[in-house]
Amino acid sequence: MEPAEAKTDAIESTGSGAEFYAWCARGELRLRRCNACQAWCHVPRVICPSCAARDWSWQPVRGTGRIYSWTVVHRAMHPAFAGDVPYAVVVVALDEGPRIVSGIVDCPIEELAMEMPVEVAFERSDRLGERVLPRFRRVGRATSGAPR
Amino acid sequence: MTNRPSSRACIVGIGETKYQRDRSAKLTNLGLQLEASLAAIADAGLERRDIDGLIPFPNLANSEELAANLGCDKVRFAAMVAMGGASPVGSLALAADVLAAGRASAILIPAGWAAFSGPRTRELVLDPARLPGGLIAADYYFPHGFTAPMQWYAVMAQRHMYEFGTRPEQLGAVAVAARRHAQLNPNAVMRGRAMTMQDYLASPMLADPYRMLDCCLETDGAAAVVVTTEERARDLRSHGVRIEAAGAAQPHPADEITNRRDLFRTGLGAAAPETFGRAGVRPTDLDFAMIYDCFTFEVIHQIEELGLCKRGEGGAFVEGGRIALGGELPLNTHGGLLSEAHVLGLNHVVEAVKQLRRACGERQVAGAELGVVTGWGDFGDGSLAILSRA
Repeated sequence: MEPAEAKTDAIESTGSGAEFYAWCARGELRLRRCNACQAWCHVPRVICPSCAARDWSWQPVRGTGRIYSWTVVHRAMHPAFAGDVPYAVVVVALDEGPRIVSGIVDCPIEELAMEMPVEVAFERSDRLGERVLPRFRRVGRATSGAPR
Repeated sequence: MTNRPSSRACIVGIGETKYQRDRSAKLTNLGLQLEASLAAIADAGLERRDIDGLIPFPNLANSEELAANLGCDKVRFAAMVAMGGASPVGSLALAADVLAAGRASAILIPAGWAAFSGPRTRELVLDPARLPGGLIAADYYFPHGFTAPMQWYAVMAQRHMYEFGTRPEQLGAVAVAARRHAQLNPNAVMRGRAMTMQDYLASPMLADPYRMLDCCLETDGAAAVVVTTEERARDLRSHGVRIEAAGAAQPHPADEITNRRDLFRTGLGAAAPETFGRAGVRPTDLDFAMIYDCFTFEVIHQIEELGLCKRGEGGAFVEGGRIALGGELPLNTHGGLLSEAHVLGLNHVVEAVKQLRRACGERQVAGAELGVVTGWGDFGDGSLAILSRA
């Protein structure tokens, strides 16, 4: 689908994922930002939790941040990920403030570390639906080019 | 109006089914809850028709079918407290308020499920629609394989370990104490299966830092309690246990776990100071604590949020035998969700009542007069009840 710059009625109550991932498919990490008070909001909400305005847009973020927390899953609790273990789930604190749940690429799981600087790296996934996911890799490392 | 009502609600009846893990069992959520409810009503010395209020656990049974089966034809209050595992203790808080308002005189709170022989707990959580903010999880958690409570809470535990130096052996201390207590409980499914710290550390890692032995059980079983007014309780045969105060709160946001300004501030941390204030007691006055133990770190976390120690000191708190029977603050003397059974935390309420009735046999906390029970649910909803020997 074509991403929308501004609000549409359709996503207000039925989940914002389609629009979020449409931006990712174009290689852009965008989060909702309030046009009234400029607050970033992830996960997206219907109205701005900071100022209650209903006037927001999808704005690009730099795509850089630090590992805020992580877990390495050794036993998948959902069958869709059974073939992926062990895999890391990371929580990235973006430089703009919001935290985002993601995964890590090009980093052995034993080298995962708190506060590690990372940058977004888009990766196609077919787990629980076809999507281009925003994943993260260590800053300053060349990518191997091969998605896991 | 005084801050602390002179008349408080009392838990006058407790009931439990057998707690078990038998794949061939033919049990239903409703059937289990009815068995526990009948036991609780009988324990209270009440008739079924005396029950005029019902607060069942969300999604596991509804008040209509419970009342129909139990022959309760005078129900004038029915509600559910939608706080996941914090619901049963949150229901105690609601029951106390409803009784004080005169909207019911005897309230039944049942909870239970066939979570071993029926659909397993791990299967139920695969459906994001069952979660608060389920679309958030479906859109932003599940695509990355972030699909289960164990994993969601693991990132909190991991950050706590980073910020405060909490160690695996401290998580293990919670699991080992629970297992030791279960050896003294005939209804604990882990009775007869002792566990050491070595066993704990050797158990397989599932979602770092959570090993298998950090995780609660999946079991079949139900519990129920009956709550009434203090005046009514005086006329009943069982030794009443007073709800000195009970409360509940949500974290913010309650439907998303990673974007809290303070990752460790949960509903319990918001509710505890106010609830202790209403009870007129301090955390140091407690003789025991029954802490919702879905996973070991959540116990350490709740100990901090309750105010039993400072932020970051929960790991040290659980070491050195402090939380074991005979220690400074015995915790989960029944074995908890980790080693007795997963009865949604209502088994913690039942155990607290048994302790205050001094009916715990060889696991009795000597001189138990005051205790706390907590609930933890969903993405960090919290509840607590401060109970005393009436």
